[in-house]
Amino acid sequence: MRVAAIWTSKLGMISAGFMAFAALPADATECIAPSNPGGGWDFTCRTIGRILTELDLVDGNVQVTNMPGGVGAVTYAMVASERSDDADLIVATSTVGITQIAQGKYPAGVDAMRWLGMLGADVGVVAVAADSEIQSMADLNEALKADPSSLTTAGSSSIGGWDHIRLLIAAREGGVEDLPAIRWVQFDGGTDAVTQLIGGQVDVVSTDISEIGGFVESGDIRLLGVMSDERIPAFSDAPTMIEQGIEMTGYNWRGLYTGGDVSDDAYNTWVSNLETLYNSENWQTAAVEFGLVPIWRGGDDFEAYIREQEKVTADISRDIGVIQ
Amino acid sequence: METLSLLASGFTVALTPLNLSLLFAGCFVGTLIGAMPGLGPVNGVAILIPLTFAFGLDATSSLILLSAVYFGTMYGGRISSILLNIPGDEPAVMTTLDGYPMAQKGQAVDALALSGVASFVGATIAVIGLSLFAPLLARAAIHFGPADYFALYIMAFATIGGVAGVDPRKTLLSALIGLMIATVGLDPISGVPRYTGGNFHIYDGIEPIVALVGLFAISEILMLLEKHIKDRVGAIRVDGWMPSLSTILSTKWAMVRGSLIGFIAGVLPGAGASLGSVMSYSIEKQASDKDGTFGQGDPRGVAAPEAGNNAASGGALIPMLSLGVPGSGTTAVMLAMLISLNVQPGPLLFERQPDLVWGLVASLYMANVTLLILNIPLIGIFTRLMAVPTWALMPIVAAVSFVGVFSISNSVFDLEVMIAFGVIGYILRKMDISLVPLVLGLLLGGDMERNLRRAMSISDGDWSILLQSWISITLYVLTLAFLALSVWLAMRSNKRGKSRRFEA
Repeated sequence: MRVAAIWTSKLGMISAGFMAFAALPADATECIAPSNPGGGWDFTCRTIGRILTELDLVDGNVQVTNMPGGVGAVTYAMVASERSDDADLIVATSTVGITQIAQGKYPAGVDAMRWLGMLGADVGVVAVAADSEIQSMADLNEALKADPSSLTTAGSSSIGGWDHIRLLIAAREGGVEDLPAIRWVQFDGGTDAVTQLIGGQVDVVSTDISEIGGFVESGDIRLLGVMSDERIPAFSDAPTMIEQGIEMTGYNWRGLYTGGDVSDDAYNTWVSNLETLYNSENWQTAAVEFGLVPIWRGGDDFEAYIREQEKVTADISRDIGVIQ
Repeated sequence: METLSLLASGFTVALTPLNLSLLFAGCFVGTLIGAMPGLGPVNGVAILIPLTFAFGLDATSSLILLSAVYFGTMYGGRISSILLNIPGDEPAVMTTLDGYPMAQKGQAVDALALSGVASFVGATIAVIGLSLFAPLLARAAIHFGPADYFALYIMAFATIGGVAGVDPRKTLLSALIGLMIATVGLDPISGVPRYTGGNFHIYDGIEPIVALVGLFAISEILMLLEKHIKDRVGAIRVDGWMPSLSTILSTKWAMVRGSLIGFIAGVLPGAGASLGSVMSYSIEKQASDKDGTFGQGDPRGVAAPEAGNNAASGGALIPMLSLGVPGSGTTAVMLAMLISLNVQPGPLLFERQPDLVWGLVASLYMANVTLLILNIPLIGIFTRLMAVPTWALMPIVAAVSFVGVFSISNSVFDLEVMIAFGVIGYILRKMDISLVPLVLGLLLGGDMERNLRRAMSISDGDWSILLQSWISITLYVLTLAFLALSVWLAMRSNKRGKSRRFEA
């Protein structure tokens, strides 16, 4: 009897596991996060999926599927080849995805999908250790002009990734010419890079504010400039790039696309539903809690923005030799 | 004092009804998995990870559940070692040496009770060490630069030789295969694809969890498929349920020595529980085997490795949590799980998520008590589990592996990768090549490379940066000392083995 009880409980656990995977109705709205659970794309899908249901914009629940691989390339290839006309499918993306496309690392270009809209953005910042001699972006750019390899810069992306590219855009706008000579060190996340900044291994970090805000609050690091149009409310002491005469912004926006063969009607319905979602209290609260600045661009406006960002990123990638 | 108040707040985290029930469930399932021949902590943790995602547990609860499973398997591993002479998991190999002879002499209950108490002592000493020293290590870790991390990984790879295998050439081969697999995917520094054959599915590299489940669970199924059911050794009858207190007391110093040695082995990245139990056993044997009773059912030969492997499993959590560097194959799986839950273990974990860390430490104290309570009176139930036939066990293992891996990525491709690794694991095991170095190579190789290349980026290609800090120099000196010690120990045991053969 005892043995039987053990086996029943064990089988119960296993079958509970099975049931968790089986609960997926065939025609439900699906949001694919092209990454593992946790992180930005997963947050986008889970939060938007939850709020779509809360606002009754879709029937039933939104199924969130994690499909990691190739920084979103696996999902992009799958949607392009198998589900390009599936109007019930939305996919999370961000500046990171567009950077990959601009550098030819996805199986298709931006024209393969229909871009629905962006709902919020993380803001890029340039930070130094609290005791650094560099006091402003002007100091930083002067130092880089005098000797581009004098400082070690770091962030959470590889060479040619968005953290790197937007630092170089700020340097270029600030008059630095020899961009490829600036040293860049990749870390696995913004906090890893900041740890090294505090430990004195690197001199400058370029990354998103949401991940490293805690270290600014604790006084370990100092913000030289933020890459947004307006100052960030939580860090209102830190000047924007534009205030310092550097004409650039560096958002890491969060948004969605759907398949390239989805009908105009279905596309327009999605855009208007997402705009309703954006204007809801639910989204405004959730986005701020996750460290995002709510920003809306949708429909044709967003399609044009995507194409412009792809071009800018491709240009600077060529300048620094990441692509030919 | 700060530690105590943090620990107290940790207990309030661990004592929520959800976490408490996860703790009990984890201990129970862990002991069960550990008791099953061949299934060890890596399997237990690797199989349960996808379930934590499926149930949508948060990071703290997931970690509590998996740590309970982890400690549970370390407790449970001894049961089939003692009763069947089949190690329940890798670190329990040493327990067979004296545990099975004790059972044959009719002292199975003593052996089981004694090993349960030894496990408790070892794990408790380790958790006390974890609460006292982990914050110190965490504070020191902020000074670790890429060059120092590289030195740390060099040390981890140097200690792999001690983890597994008799033949150093096979260990080296296994580690090199792991390192090679680790280079597949987008180069993290420059973003250039390597060895992907243009396949987007492996742009992110081989998912370590998928490879682990394949290597351990699938190859285990293949191994057991090959063996005929009648090959299984019959279980030994366990008469009476009252362990002799004097036997347990007589091993108290063996337990303490084993615990300390195991704890140190656990704190060393890449050493872990197997090394802890081997070293505890061999040093205990050197220290107290005066009448040549070791190997013939000496209680101290059961107590020392059991205390050692449980202390090591607790100690291994220190580098995993405070440095982000796993101290064993199992903590490596847990590390991968934490990262995929968006928790970055490392120097800042204690600052950023004290709830998670101290909740975990508190739940480990409770897991130890729970496991002791579970293990002593329930010995009889676990004994009967040995009778579960292979044909019933293996389909369940297969089902859990497939469902688990599929739920990580919703990708059939990952299932194919898992099966491929199962076959690779099976072939390597048939050739007596330990899988542990391969796993460590796969898990640590990427980070080792990244840190070397980060150091090179910082120094603009000047190799001398590797020897510029005291931390890295110290680590290299320790590595050399460790290598010298293992060569010396190997030569000594070689000599002893020879003289024993002459006597016989």
